[in-house]
Amino acid sequence: MAEVVTFYALSVIILAFGLLVVTARNTIYSILFLIVDFLAVALLYAAMNSLLLAMIQVLVYVGGIVVLYLFVVILVNLKRPSEQHVDPGRKSVIGGVMAAAVLAELTVIGVYNAIRPSVVPGAATDVGSVEKVGMALFTNYLIPFEVASMLLLVAMVGAIILAKREL
Amino acid sequence: MIDTVVVPLLKIFVVLNAVLVAVTFMVLLERKVIAWVQVRLGPMRVGPYGVLQPVADVVKLMTKEDITPVKADRWVFTAAPMIALIPALMVFAVIPFGPEVSIFGRRVTLYITDINVGLLYIISVASIGVYGIILAGWSSNSKYPLLASLRASAQLISYEVAVTMTLVSMIVTAGTMSMVGIVNAQLNHGVWYLFAQPLAFFIYFVGGLAETNRAPFDLPEAEQELTGGFHTEYSGMRFALFFLAEYANMIVVSSVATTLFLGGWLRPFPNVAFLGFLDFIPGWIWFLLKTFVWLYIFLWVRATLPRYRYDQLMRLGWKVLIPLAILNVVITATMKVLL
Repeated sequence: MAEVVTFYALSVIILAFGLLVVTARNTIYSILFLIVDFLAVALLYAAMNSLLLAMIQVLVYVGGIVVLYLFVVILVNLKRPSEQHVDPGRKSVIGGVMAAAVLAELTVIGVYNAIRPSVVPGAATDVGSVEKVGMALFTNYLIPFEVASMLLLVAMVGAIILAKREL
Repeated sequence: MIDTVVVPLLKIFVVLNAVLVAVTFMVLLERKVIAWVQVRLGPMRVGPYGVLQPVADVVKLMTKEDITPVKADRWVFTAAPMIALIPALMVFAVIPFGPEVSIFGRRVTLYITDINVGLLYIISVASIGVYGIILAGWSSNSKYPLLASLRASAQLISYEVAVTMTLVSMIVTAGTMSMVGIVNAQLNHGVWYLFAQPLAFFIYFVGGLAETNRAPFDLPEAEQELTGGFHTEYSGMRFALFFLAEYANMIVVSSVATTLFLGGWLRPFPNVAFLGFLDFIPGWIWFLLKTFVWLYIFLWVRATLPRYRYDQLMRLGWKVLIPLAILNVVITATMKVLL
């Protein structure tokens, strides 16, 4: 019971702050709401007995990536008036179609699960422990893990080349 | 009920109050130590030898006028000091002050909790504190605080990498992320990790100085260039919250260093039997003594070394400490596999 209450309370918080992020006029406020959002997601992981994931969520997103967002927003000039929304390439139509497709997919998955409930494996309390995650990453999921790290490396090199093109 | 609610709440109450009182006396100690180094007397007026100075300071800060600049962003300006202080205090949840002891016939652990990702919890919670600094500088709507907060956060982020890398090598050495587990691992290995990991110890210490914005890395508060740093526009109790956060962070860095490198609550040479008479001093006193030595070194360094230049600071961080830290991780992992 407590788990259900926690889950729904956190979900409401996450969705509400997600909305605030996209509707806030002030970009700094947007980022602050985003921080609260990420912290709530971390709490959700913690509620699912996955403390490691929760800590990494805080460390990487709250402590790292959003700090850089904040830097960028503070350093660029925000005094100019907001621009009129122009959309010559009809990008918002494409975006809307893709969002609808994702929504439809999620609905199908939800309906399928409601009709045929999957067999829930015995709720292990240590599924998110450091040892379990480490073993999974370096045995069963070794190739996806290495591919993901290659992707990050490529992104890093790309960013350096873009920033230091004239060197 | 008692074990799940009352005892933890009591522990939290005791730890928070102890930290806040310790912070006020740290300020006095800092003034005294620096005065002695400079052959002065330091505060002498309030109470015998000035020992009641913290009380006077707190009363002064509480009763000062609380000013919010007209052009400041009111909400963020109010939130920033709290964002700075709260993570610094949250970290104390996993600091092990001592082993299990018996108080009034009840077995009580001298730490609030022991989670199996304790060290990661400390790194991630502490990384939230940087928002207090950035937002304070931005919301003041003033040049010097903004410059200082950019410096402070750049410095924090740079040195965080090196410090986190050393913590990785400590995790590899101890084989656990739990703070209690790390102390027990030092007991089992029979050596304080200061001696097993001297390079990590050095990097952690330098990084700790830089992360708490202490001299010789106190560029964010360089008075000669930036008037007061990111909290220039703050007054009264809100300024005091930043002050509390800085000193609480110093205590955090010292207690983590004590736990990781100086054996936490263990007595010196925990495996040498003929030194067993040292056990008459309880573990938590050993812990406080070691932490105090660290805090004293913080003050000693501040009184001794001149401030770095900004480019020197960044060069030290990125070109010296981070490569050394990565090298240390590689060596540690290799040794762990070979031995």
